[in-house]
Amino acid sequence: MPDEPVIIFDKVNKWFGDFHVLRDIDLDVSRGEKIVICGPSGSGKSTLIRCINRLEEHQKGKIIVDGIELTDDLKNIDSIRSEVGMVFQSFNLFPHISVLENLVIGQHLVRRMPKADAEEVAMTYLERVKIADQADKFPGQLSGGQQQRVAIARSLCMKPRIMLFDEVTSALDPEMVKEVLDVMIDLAREGMTMLVVTHEMGFAREVADRVMFMDEGQIIEENKPGPFFDAPRSDRAKLFLSQILRQ
Amino acid sequence: MEPALRPFIEPQSPPLQSSGFIGWLRASFFSSWFNTLVTLALLWVIYQVGGFVINWGIINANWVGDSAKSCPNIDGACWAFITERWRLFVYGLYPKELYWRVNVFYLLGALTIIAFVFSFGPITRKLRLTMFIGFPVAAYIFLVGGVFDLKHISPENFGGLLLTLVIATVGIFGSIPLGLILALGRTSDLKVISKVCTYFIEFWRGVPHIAVIVMFVALLPIFIPDGNKIDIVVRAFIAFAAFNSAYMAEVFRGGLQSIPSGQFEASKAIGLSYWKMMGYIILPQAIRNSVPALVNTCISIFKETTIVLLIGFSDFLGIIQLSLEDPKWLGPPHIFSSAYVFAAIIYFTFTYGMSKYSLRLENRSNVAQ
Repeated sequence: MPDEPVIIFDKVNKWFGDFHVLRDIDLDVSRGEKIVICGPSGSGKSTLIRCINRLEEHQKGKIIVDGIELTDDLKNIDSIRSEVGMVFQSFNLFPHISVLENLVIGQHLVRRMPKADAEEVAMTYLERVKIADQADKFPGQLSGGQQQRVAIARSLCMKPRIMLFDEVTSALDPEMVKEVLDVMIDLAREGMTMLVVTHEMGFAREVADRVMFMDEGQIIEENKPGPFFDAPRSDRAKLFLSQILRQ
Repeated sequence: MEPALRPFIEPQSPPLQSSGFIGWLRASFFSSWFNTLVTLALLWVIYQVGGFVINWGIINANWVGDSAKSCPNIDGACWAFITERWRLFVYGLYPKELYWRVNVFYLLGALTIIAFVFSFGPITRKLRLTMFIGFPVAAYIFLVGGVFDLKHISPENFGGLLLTLVIATVGIFGSIPLGLILALGRTSDLKVISKVCTYFIEFWRGVPHIAVIVMFVALLPIFIPDGNKIDIVVRAFIAFAAFNSAYMAEVFRGGLQSIPSGQFEASKAIGLSYWKMMGYIILPQAIRNSVPALVNTCISIFKETTIVLLIGFSDFLGIIQLSLEDPKWLGPPHIFSSAYVFAAIIYFTFTYGMSKYSLRLENRSNVAQ
């Protein structure tokens, strides 16, 4: 069934204490689709994508990833996590082991690959993100942009079918944003299914199939990137875009 | 404002600071009149104290002899007391013909320390783990015996430095794994496990150690059927490991809390199970962060071994006190003070070694980060 959506959100609700952070989220993502999610801080966009690999639990509704429904069953969670890669705002590389070992550890421990094979895979991905010469360094010795590229490579080593990006360029110095976005654009061209929380409009225009605008825990507006950025329909989106453009 | 393009400045080497040893001396100790005054005052103190130590401890000291009469010079230490009794201090009441087994224990202990102090390339980690598990097992086999044709020696014959080191070994090697398990339990998401561990830790931390030791030694036989059959020394060991594991648990919990949540999230996101995440990602970092507090706890465990004095064991300090009561050595108070100075030197040597080791570990992990 090639047309079956790879991610389905069906009336998903979530609360942090009394705070209603996700409200009736409905969303279908097809295989190979690139979705950019934007919105003011606290609007629930990070929480939404973190529900996909169960870093957050939803309390009502249904999430189905690659045909598997997310429940408390640990087996389901593990098999979904091995299908879904995630890159974080703060890189979250493992600081006590080398860059190469950061890429090997998941393949070796989760995929049970022999170390030598895992290292080979790791080197091909490090070359792809143009950082192979840093393989033996520790993460702390790299710049922010380099660390984030390593983090992307670490996810890709697990051969995920879906990639989640959670504000991956927000913690970077301006001159390093491009090197990370270039890697993501390459990845998009290869047909990866991607959900990207970002305010990088250039990136959204170039690769997104759809833009979701979120505010107060709901998807307010959904459109192709061109029309959304040129002529947002909702007042909230107009306000939001005018605020980020002023910078 | 006039628009201006400023010339590019090439990097230059820093200006030379004070030159050589004299310069360093002046900058460090004589930079101002106050600094000079402090330096001179301290030199005077060092001269006085140092002179006393050398006179008392070496020049005027009485080195050999077999009774209080051998130490006539009361302005000097009475090392004769130590040189005559050292076997007792080191081996306790262990049978003389089996001293070699104690020596094997000391040797293995030294090898374990070497394994942890020096690096042995790629096998370092495995070697250390082997020693950490192997040393207590081998120590038990050689000291207590009862296996492999080794004659059984009851731990009640342990004494002196041997007993102190055995209790310290039990305390340190027992409380580290136990404390780690308790810390993981206390931070667990499973409420029942977390509560049980929390109360266990709070109980052992909240009760005075003396009470715990006495309770185990005197009351355990009442609560547990056949409790009498558990050796009294072993009971003290269990108590000692139990309350120290509570402190260790808090040390490790501090280390666990120092790990940012992103490390947990990234581990989960690549699909690591709880145990793999803990074993490969979280604990290696958490334990490294715990090192200063861990060594602090080890030092206090080592010093606290003297608590067994209260239930009548003759550990290193105890056996020295006991020997002082020997009529042969009753005499002027300098015998007394020499004995305690000697004990202090030995305790300090061990704890200072641990402290140095922890500083080294910290420096090394700073380099690795």
